[in-house]
Amino acid sequence: MSSPILKLSNVNKSFGPIDVLHDISLEVRAGEVLCLLGDNGAGKSTLIKILSGVYQPSSGAIEMDGAAERFDTPRVAADKGIATVHQFGGTFPLMSIGRSFFVGVEPTKGWGPFKVFDRKRANAVAVDAVQRLGISRITDGDRLVGGLSGGERQSLAIARAVHFGARVLILDEPTAALGVKQAAHVLRIVNEAKRRGLAVIFITHQVMHAMAVGDHFAVLIRGAIAADFRKGEKTREEITDLMAGGETMSTLEAEIEGYMASHDGHPPQNLSEVPIAPGVRS
Amino acid sequence: MTDQTPTFSIGALLRRPETGSFLGLATVFIFFTIFGGTNFASVSGAASWLNVAASLGIIAIPIGLLMIAGELDISIGSLIPAGSMTIAIISGHFQMPIVLGIGAALALGALVGLVNGLLVVRTAVPSFIVTLGTLFAVAGLTLGLSVLITGTTSVALKAGPEAKWLLGRFIGGVFQVTILWWIAAVLGFGFLLHFTRFGNWILAMGGDKVSARNAGIPTDRMTILLFMCSGVSATFVGLSQAILYNSAQVSAGQSYIFNAIISVVVGGVLLTGGYGSVVGIVLGTLTFAIVNQGIYYTGFDANWASLIIGVLLLLAVLMNNTFRKMALSYAPKKKGVK
Repeated sequence: MSSPILKLSNVNKSFGPIDVLHDISLEVRAGEVLCLLGDNGAGKSTLIKILSGVYQPSSGAIEMDGAAERFDTPRVAADKGIATVHQFGGTFPLMSIGRSFFVGVEPTKGWGPFKVFDRKRANAVAVDAVQRLGISRITDGDRLVGGLSGGERQSLAIARAVHFGARVLILDEPTAALGVKQAAHVLRIVNEAKRRGLAVIFITHQVMHAMAVGDHFAVLIRGAIAADFRKGEKTREEITDLMAGGETMSTLEAEIEGYMASHDGHPPQNLSEVPIAPGVRS
Repeated sequence: MTDQTPTFSIGALLRRPETGSFLGLATVFIFFTIFGGTNFASVSGAASWLNVAASLGIIAIPIGLLMIAGELDISIGSLIPAGSMTIAIISGHFQMPIVLGIGAALALGALVGLVNGLLVVRTAVPSFIVTLGTLFAVAGLTLGLSVLITGTTSVALKAGPEAKWLLGRFIGGVFQVTILWWIAAVLGFGFLLHFTRFGNWILAMGGDKVSARNAGIPTDRMTILLFMCSGVSATFVGLSQAILYNSAQVSAGQSYIFNAIISVVVGGVLLTGGYGSVVGIVLGTLTFAIVNQGIYYTGFDANWASLIIGVLLLLAVLMNNTFRKMALSYAPKKKGVK
């Protein structure tokens, strides 16, 4: 097995008195997809903000290629090849595909004060980069980003990261707002990025999506890693149960059905009304 | 690679930010040509609205760029008289060389712009509030210092022939030389916004400031520079008016605040930033000037001009929204043959 590109050891993060992350140790390897699973509030976003340089860990170490590393700003992390793609692509809806692709690193032609933005080249490169990831429907670099579908926007953002030489790709819930077909598109592109040797960190709470692309899984519960396993070691039900914080979904469902049976078919107004079955950790 | 076939298409034209404003301009122009008679379309008629458009346009363009970048500057309203008074006091009251007066007025604009920009960047207070503060502060300073130094609120300025030729001349007897300065500003800022990488940065800043900063764009420096541009443009208009009319008053220019914003919005710039064009702002400025001046050539009472402008503004915003939606939903038609 190759050595990890990015390694976290015993990373803690607290905001004042509140501990958000607790002893996180993780490894990401080239050509591998690490799925970070967890319910809302489990600390997934804090973790990716540490990886992308938005926050600094309170304690613990980050290593890149075996050497200690600090990401003081998002810019530093980006320069080291860590690219983050957010849920809505982090793009500019009213800019053209070519323009938004090259924001901050515009290609120019000409000289001196008459250096002009090379629109043709920007459009051609952007369209080419997206098409090589397998999205053949984007052919016109003058189209506005806001006119693309959610999946196409994600693909564009991923294509941008790949084009600019990202080594670690962090995808923050890329499929959460997408329909089934669009999500499949994005998952295919995640696989393509993996095939090209990128390390991908895929954050999601959809177990199906994680299992479709993941090689390595980590489940976060209340800021700590509750489980760390490789592909094929756990079933879908086991993962879902882990994410729900140990309570087995099937038990919960049975309890709700039991409640409805004894209350004229009304579902419980809140879950605390449901008697917790003995032996289940709350 | 995609095939590049440069074909003319109406669809591509409709997706440009300035389409709506062009239709608006055409409408008001035809309207006033019909109701204004031959005088409106004559040379002197054209001069009357071009002169208004020129000094408004010089300010509207940097204001428009600021709005595209997601900011607003209303301090221009008192920077115009401040620029006029600066040159009139230095070169009129104290009889110093006109170059000094021009330099001081432009420096004042740059300084107030710098203060605006720094306050917006450092405090994160909305730029509307920051520039509302400097609007009043500069107005107070202008009034207070003018009375303190000269004892009046109106100062005469006798500019030499060179300054007159450059800034206060009538070409052909009717066209203010300001029109040429406006054209220069249009070309300069148009090149900046649409052809350089800085233009891309401005669009990106208005679209999503955090993403723009993360992409490595020096958003703070750009914001400050844009505020300085609008400050300098305001004092430039102020000083050229003082040279043109041979005097300066402390209270002239508040109307420019809304007129500039109207011109920019009619010109298709999105109020929340991220979308717009210099050509659109020019068309918006011309539309505003035509309505403002054209009313005098019609048989209508001039009091109705504001009504027309108000209705026009609302129509323009609605129309621009429609065109923007068209631009967003546009996708190339699937061709039968590949």
